[in-house]
Amino acid sequence: MNKSRNKNTIDITNESYLQTVFRRFRRHRLAMFSLVVLLVLGGAALLAPIIAPYDPEALAGPFAAPPSAEFLLGTDQIGRDVLSRLLYGMRISLLVGIMATLISTVIGVVLGLIAGYFGGIADMLIMRFTDMVMSFPYILLVLVAASIFEPGLWSIILILGFVDWPGIARLVRGNVLTLRETNFVKGNIVAGMPLRHILFSEILPNTTAPILVYATSVLALSMLDEAALSFLGLGIQPPDASLGNMLNGAQSLTVLTKQPWLWVPPGLMIVVLVIAINFVGDALRDALDPNSSHRR
Amino acid sequence: MSKYIIKRILIAIPVLIGITIIDYAIMCLAGSPLEMLQGPRISEAAVEAKKIALGLDQPFYIQYLVWMEQLLHGNMGFSMKSFQPVSQMILDHLGPTLLLMGASMITGLVIAIPAGIYSAVHQYSKGDYAVVTASFLGSSVPGFFLSLLLVYIFTVKLNLLPSSGMVTLGTDGGALDVAKHMVMPTLVLAFSMAGTNIRYIRSAVLEILQQDYLRTARAKGIGHFLVINKHALRNALIPIVTVIGMQIPMLFGGQVIIEQIYSWPGLGLMTMSAINSRDYPVIMGVCLLSAVVVLVANLVTDILYALVDPTIQLK
Repeated sequence: MNKSRNKNTIDITNESYLQTVFRRFRRHRLAMFSLVVLLVLGGAALLAPIIAPYDPEALAGPFAAPPSAEFLLGTDQIGRDVLSRLLYGMRISLLVGIMATLISTVIGVVLGLIAGYFGGIADMLIMRFTDMVMSFPYILLVLVAASIFEPGLWSIILILGFVDWPGIARLVRGNVLTLRETNFVKGNIVAGMPLRHILFSEILPNTTAPILVYATSVLALSMLDEAALSFLGLGIQPPDASLGNMLNGAQSLTVLTKQPWLWVPPGLMIVVLVIAINFVGDALRDALDPNSSHRR
Repeated sequence: MSKYIIKRILIAIPVLIGITIIDYAIMCLAGSPLEMLQGPRISEAAVEAKKIALGLDQPFYIQYLVWMEQLLHGNMGFSMKSFQPVSQMILDHLGPTLLLMGASMITGLVIAIPAGIYSAVHQYSKGDYAVVTASFLGSSVPGFFLSLLLVYIFTVKLNLLPSSGMVTLGTDGGALDVAKHMVMPTLVLAFSMAGTNIRYIRSAVLEILQQDYLRTARAKGIGHFLVINKHALRNALIPIVTVIGMQIPMLFGGQVIIEQIYSWPGLGLMTMSAINSRDYPVIMGVCLLSAVVVLVANLVTDILYALVDPTIQLK
């Protein structure tokens, strides 16, 4: 007990907020490890054009060759290098995940701010609309939308971005409702500060931490959804590679049984990326929570 | 209580109507189901006649109103592909879906509840870390990848379990045969559900363990077992009920992909083929059904809340 009290005083006097957050984050070894993994994989995806041994769309070698020194992860049915496709696929999957998360975060934050701050009829309308989007079985909505719009990179980003926001909108609205009643916001209103300032410079910064944590889970979810859609053939279209559509071939029995190098690596890559994002998000939740310092 | 339920139902109705409008609008943007008919052997005029016969020449809001009017008369329309009534098609496919959903839900909870409680009671122990890590794995593995792995292991390598359908072709099945077909899809769905649930249940139990009434229970000296299994568990029921309520819509969606992979003859498989052939009335029927299921699940969750916890007052 005594010890933790000491720690708390150190928190207040010597460390900036970010230092505290980082110190708490570092205690989660699995999350630190995940962060390193994410940085390495993200770097590899970013540098794919430089480090990929072959052109991902070029027919570089024999058909369906097992892994060898020349093709580290083998080649696919039409002779493209699997490792190169894996790197490019990761690039696309991360891009889809990050862009969809950005879009849904922006929509959710704006709608949540409006609903929470103004209340009344705006709140009612926005929240009923949120209910509608939430009452949709998520995958069904995505599937219907994906089958309707021309499949491709940007339509998949937009679809995922436009269905993922309700959670964030609710979260932001809830926080704004409490913040609106605090003295510093009331003080701003009394002082006649412009609305834009109150919303974006006073209220929003005080709710960034939960938004950030929530956004990591949206990132993980949208990467899983992209993979599932591409796997069903409704997402990223060949010849472009994505982690999901690389698994598409495994629906055929020959690939599934005889050529595991074609589907195991992209599948494992999705698992590694998503689980790493989830671990980082979980540690962030703990690190950003002002009440968590009493825990170990 | 009954006042509250009526109020909730009244709120749900406009939401439901809104959902059907959005649905219909999205679908009309999609393009016509007649695109599938077009070909060298069908004349332009025949397509046009078909269009008028199906009412597709009308603007979208008229089509919507016609559909709505029929719905209020209890008619969900006919499939444009097989010409069967939609309600009949849904009824035919509902059984297998409910069977799979129920089985995976029970399996998921049977894994998640003990694991979540164990992990909360032994917080920060090695066992706790193992359970939490496993639960992250459960919610991070894409269902289709896990399905492929299971098929690879149990069908291809060990030749133990069938990988598609609900009964072996050419036989009339029987409970054992169906059960064998169910194992893999159930496991996949249960695994991902348990992944999320374990963490919810763990944090719910953790919160309850810090309550004063549990300290009192411990102080009474009634023993660890009774404290956990009687006093803590009962109060942990509330968050567990919420989790189950939240899971139903997720399950409903997750089924679609899993049914597709295992060719399980349920609603998901029907939906996928309807989506692929742009069979509007069928898609609308499924969307309507799923929206109703989700809204009812939310309502029931809120009511169960009040039943489990007498201190919650419904207004």
